[in-house]
Amino acid sequence: MSDAAPLAPLSISSRRASAAELVPVVLFAGFALVPFASAFGAQAYVLDLFTRVMIFSIAALGLDLIVGYGALVSFGHAAFVGLGAYAVGILAAHGLNEALVSLPVALAAATLFALATGAVSLRTQGVYFIMITLAFGQMAYFTASSLAPYGGDDGLTIHMRNAVAGFALFKDHFAFYYIVLACLLGCYLVCRAIVVSRFGRVLRGARDNPTRLVTIGFDVYRFQLVAYAISGALGGLAGYLLANHTEFVSPAYMSWPRSGELIIMILLGGIGRLHGAIIGALVFLLIEEWLSGVTEHWKMIFGPFLVLVVLFARGGLIGAWNEIAARLRRSAA
Amino acid sequence: MSEPVLRLHDLHKNFGGLTVTDGVNFEVGSSDLHAVIGPNGAGKTTLINQISGLLAPDAGRIVFCGTDITALPMSARAALGLARSFQITSILPGFSALENVALAVQARSGSSFRFFGRADAERALNEQASAALAEVGLAGRADIPAGHLSHGEKRALELAIALAMAPKLLLLDEPMAGAGRDETERLVAVLARLKGRFPMVLVEHDMTAVFALADRISVLIYGRILASGAPDKVRADPAVVAAYLGDEME
Repeated sequence: MSDAAPLAPLSISSRRASAAELVPVVLFAGFALVPFASAFGAQAYVLDLFTRVMIFSIAALGLDLIVGYGALVSFGHAAFVGLGAYAVGILAAHGLNEALVSLPVALAAATLFALATGAVSLRTQGVYFIMITLAFGQMAYFTASSLAPYGGDDGLTIHMRNAVAGFALFKDHFAFYYIVLACLLGCYLVCRAIVVSRFGRVLRGARDNPTRLVTIGFDVYRFQLVAYAISGALGGLAGYLLANHTEFVSPAYMSWPRSGELIIMILLGGIGRLHGAIIGALVFLLIEEWLSGVTEHWKMIFGPFLVLVVLFARGGLIGAWNEIAARLRRSAA
Repeated sequence: MSEPVLRLHDLHKNFGGLTVTDGVNFEVGSSDLHAVIGPNGAGKTTLINQISGLLAPDAGRIVFCGTDITALPMSARAALGLARSFQITSILPGFSALENVALAVQARSGSSFRFFGRADAERALNEQASAALAEVGLAGRADIPAGHLSHGEKRALELAIALAMAPKLLLLDEPMAGAGRDETERLVAVLARLKGRFPMVLVEHDMTAVFALADRISVLIYGRILASGAPDKVRADPAVVAAYLGDEME
């Protein structure tokens, strides 16, 4: 059995792998086509909604990188989004609307905050890590709330979206949509490269068995810290885009329920798959949009739905889909 | 004999009121297979944990290849060439056997802060990993997820991971633990082949294996070295026979 048996499951899994490759292709093709749908009669808010979906996909992607591939459950990830957004807002309040300035500042702020808080948080593990990242997130939230010159609790209106090298590129909603799509695609491809790279292999190894990684000579902490910083930078990018999209920043961007929503998104799509984070963000925001139109108490419906997904679809919606597909194949055979 | 690879100077370790390492002095020569035997709870694994850096000793010094490593973290000791296997199998079950070993090669082959390029396609890493797998008889199992290997194969994989680190010393904590009779024989054969090429510290309960392999044996009881020397000398030592080997050998 040792020679022949392993061959069969391998060939099946490679066929399944190529089918799974189609999912992200379909996903991105779908995103690319949305503006056409809205051009041909769909309401304008559709474009708006999908811009939001893609922006939160970027943040969820960053979170999946550390949760799915590093088993580092950060419960303060909204802080990075908020920091990126506030960078835009605060600079705009001083009359600086240039993307070439705001974007690097947003990324740097989020990355530095990730490095500083990660350096402390990563000394802990498990539940302690969750709690300490939550604490840092709330710290950022309360700091933003007390920024009286920048709106304090009420937030800050941005009167003009960023210009890129002087051109009002973000002003056109279609153009902005495709810029966000390009950012999402770029982040997705970079994350895919990272998880199979040398760095990603160390990160995945440390997720499965940190002691083993240390005994073969890896200083696991440094790898996790860099992953945390990359994840924070993606959050910062999402925040940068979000502020330009909504033309408004508020401390609420950083509050812990927002961090929870990001975790829900990746749980929903399926952790450790990257495109799962995108699917999760898509499903979460679509359900939110739809249910909140039906009833004010939409979370009463969404909550149980989420419980069911977590209970019965261990790998999120992608996992459930794979399960159903496998069952259909088996019953067909 | 040249400079010893490993020297322990008067090592002490207490867990609360329990003394588990009590003034251990210990040397491993540059091509020795040095076995550490003793009853359960004698402090063998604790000793290995202190050498590999998983535990810090309360007092004493650990000198490895002329460097005092007592205060070094585990990863730094590994980078110096101190490789260990675990009594309870410690592998990456979701990685293929080859990737388990390739990761150990990667640890000593250039920076791992590389974010682009598939690590599993790096030929230099895979070739060295394959060679290590072949040494322990797992050449045909390279693509199997490590979690699906048999228990004996997992034990062999741990050895291959240690070998892939290009070790200057192998610390083997009961490499045969839980393996069946056939598997044990195969593992002993592998260790016999490796003997002489790498200095080793072997903690093992299987006395047949120990006396077949060891150049020197130290008997550890209640955290103290009761006797140390050539296998024949240790076997004949009346104190050792009375305290430990008496039951084991009959």
